Amino acid sequence: MKDFLVKIRKNKVFMLMLMPAVVYVVVFAYLPMSGIVMAFKNFNYAKGIFGSDWCGFDNFKFLMISGKLWTLSRNTILYNLAFILVGMVFEVGFAIIINELTNRYFKKIFQSFMFLPYFISWVVAKAIIQAVFDYDYGLFNSFLSNIHLDRLNLYTDSSPWPYLLVFFRIWKATGYGSIVYMAAVASLNQDMYEAASIDGANVWQKIFKITLPNLAPTMFIMGLLSVGQIFRGDFGMFYQLIGNNGVLLEVGDMLDLFIYRSMASGSNLGMASAAGLYQSVLCFVTIILVNWVVKKNNPDNSLF
Amino acid sequence: MAGKGIRKSKDIIVFDCIGYSLVALFGLICFIPFWLVFISSFADETSLLRDGFQLWPQAFSLDAYRWVFENPLRIFIAYRNTIAVTVIGTFLTVFLSVMTGYVLSRPNFPWKNGFSFFFFFTTLFNGGLVPWYILCTQYLQFKNHYYAMILPMMFSVWNMLIAKNFMRSLPYEISESAKVDGAGEMYIFLKLILPISKPLLATLALFSALGFWNDWYNCMLFISDENKQNLQYFLQDMLGSVDALKSMVSSGDLSAVAHQVIPEQSMKMAMTCVVIGPIIFLYPIIQKNFIKGLTIGAVKG
Repeated sequence: MKDFLVKIRKNKVFMLMLMPAVVYVVVFAYLPMSGIVMAFKNFNYAKGIFGSDWCGFDNFKFLMISGKLWTLSRNTILYNLAFILVGMVFEVGFAIIINELTNRYFKKIFQSFMFLPYFISWVVAKAIIQAVFDYDYGLFNSFLSNIHLDRLNLYTDSSPWPYLLVFFRIWKATGYGSIVYMAAVASLNQDMYEAASIDGANVWQKIFKITLPNLAPTMFIMGLLSVGQIFRGDFGMFYQLIGNNGVLLEVGDMLDLFIYRSMASGSNLGMASAAGLYQSVLCFVTIILVNWVVKKNNPDNSLF
Repeated sequence: MAGKGIRKSKDIIVFDCIGYSLVALFGLICFIPFWLVFISSFADETSLLRDGFQLWPQAFSLDAYRWVFENPLRIFIAYRNTIAVTVIGTFLTVFLSVMTGYVLSRPNFPWKNGFSFFFFFTTLFNGGLVPWYILCTQYLQFKNHYYAMILPMMFSVWNMLIAKNFMRSLPYEISESAKVDGAGEMYIFLKLILPISKPLLATLALFSALGFWNDWYNCMLFISDENKQNLQYFLQDMLGSVDALKSMVSSGDLSAVAHQVIPEQSMKMAMTCVVIGPIIFLYPIIQKNFIKGLTIGAVKG
């Protein structure tokens, strides 16, 4: 005990410097964790989180009975999987391609273009998407009617949306995501390529036999980071693009939207927090499991 | 990678053809929508209504911008709020992340692993949206306070890990020799470590600034007072309802504008440009610092 106090005194400046962040994390991350008891309570604003009455698993029962949980979870996972997999193909692909191209001006200009969408919020993205896909005025629809095809009304027809959401996501994230891989490609040992050239390897062989295998650890880390959030959808994107549009919600509803809707309507906070807890626990279990499996195969690729 | 002067071999020619066209295609898909919004904000409303948004409109006009800036009260307030929140927020979040990262990067700090886990755990598990929201509104009184737009984003574990990894890579001898000379940890951090951490500070500052500038979520959750709303939320509001647009216009001189038609479509585009505007100017700086910053950020727990 005395040693401990001495140690604290010796490190008191460090402790002081750490204090703001510790307080912050306690308040904004650990205190809300104690709020998960809300999932087991019949929440009442007047009584507060801890004063409200217990209701056991009723909130979870409501959630099951509403019959939406399965659809919501499935949508969240499938969209995230599509974002992760398609996203990775685009990011790695463009990182490798851009790295191999030799015209510097071309690279600079087009890389800047690819980066543009990363800079805007989904609010702005929504405005931009409207300019392209608006039923009456959108560029895309003008083009369709110019080549004598029917205009596409995206806000009454939900069928193209699963693809569109993936497309918009790729559109927005690829420029940024590919930078990580580009840095990884640039740091690879050039001797390998020279040796391969001497042995007569062509571009494709170098890409598939040298670059890709060497990018695997980076891909694993990036993939793991996203897999850990697989039950957590990109709320900003879905809220701005799908929002409360009943038609689009048929294909574009997911857990975060549902939780927000239940919370904003204020009608059933208990159920909303039950859904939130369900989401958090699943995220936690997923990341621990996946990381464990990855670590077992190759400790270098694991996250922690 | 092909040697200069030597004729390119067939596989490289094929690769180049595919590579250049793919990059060009994707680059244009990224760029054209921005161009469309930009040029449409200068388009004449009647030509917009007749032909739709075009890459080169038939007639140009500055009407949209005139409307946006003629009755500018709400937009200026929103601008002021966004700028203030971005500047203050960026400063705080960078300082906090870097200071915390510094302590955790010190080999002579005995509890660095424990505290690292304490922070990292919050990225693995959290209480969910509802308890957090109740905490912020019921206990911390976030409703209609400016700090509601700063506090939720003030500390990020990822930024802290980036800072930690960066500072771990700095030579430890710097602080050791300073300590021999009798310097305290705080002095070492402020006077020795911060000045040589400029690439880190620049990267974190740019990302945080982007985050604060683009935030509408916290504003939507906590701010209902029009005088405290930020630019992104204002744009969302405006896109969402034509009424908001009209109320913005009529907040000025109602009678003078009552007879005129609002150039609704081009004005939406003009507003979008006004919202994107300043952050695009950060673009060249961001790009320059980027590769450096992200290599720094090779995060591993």
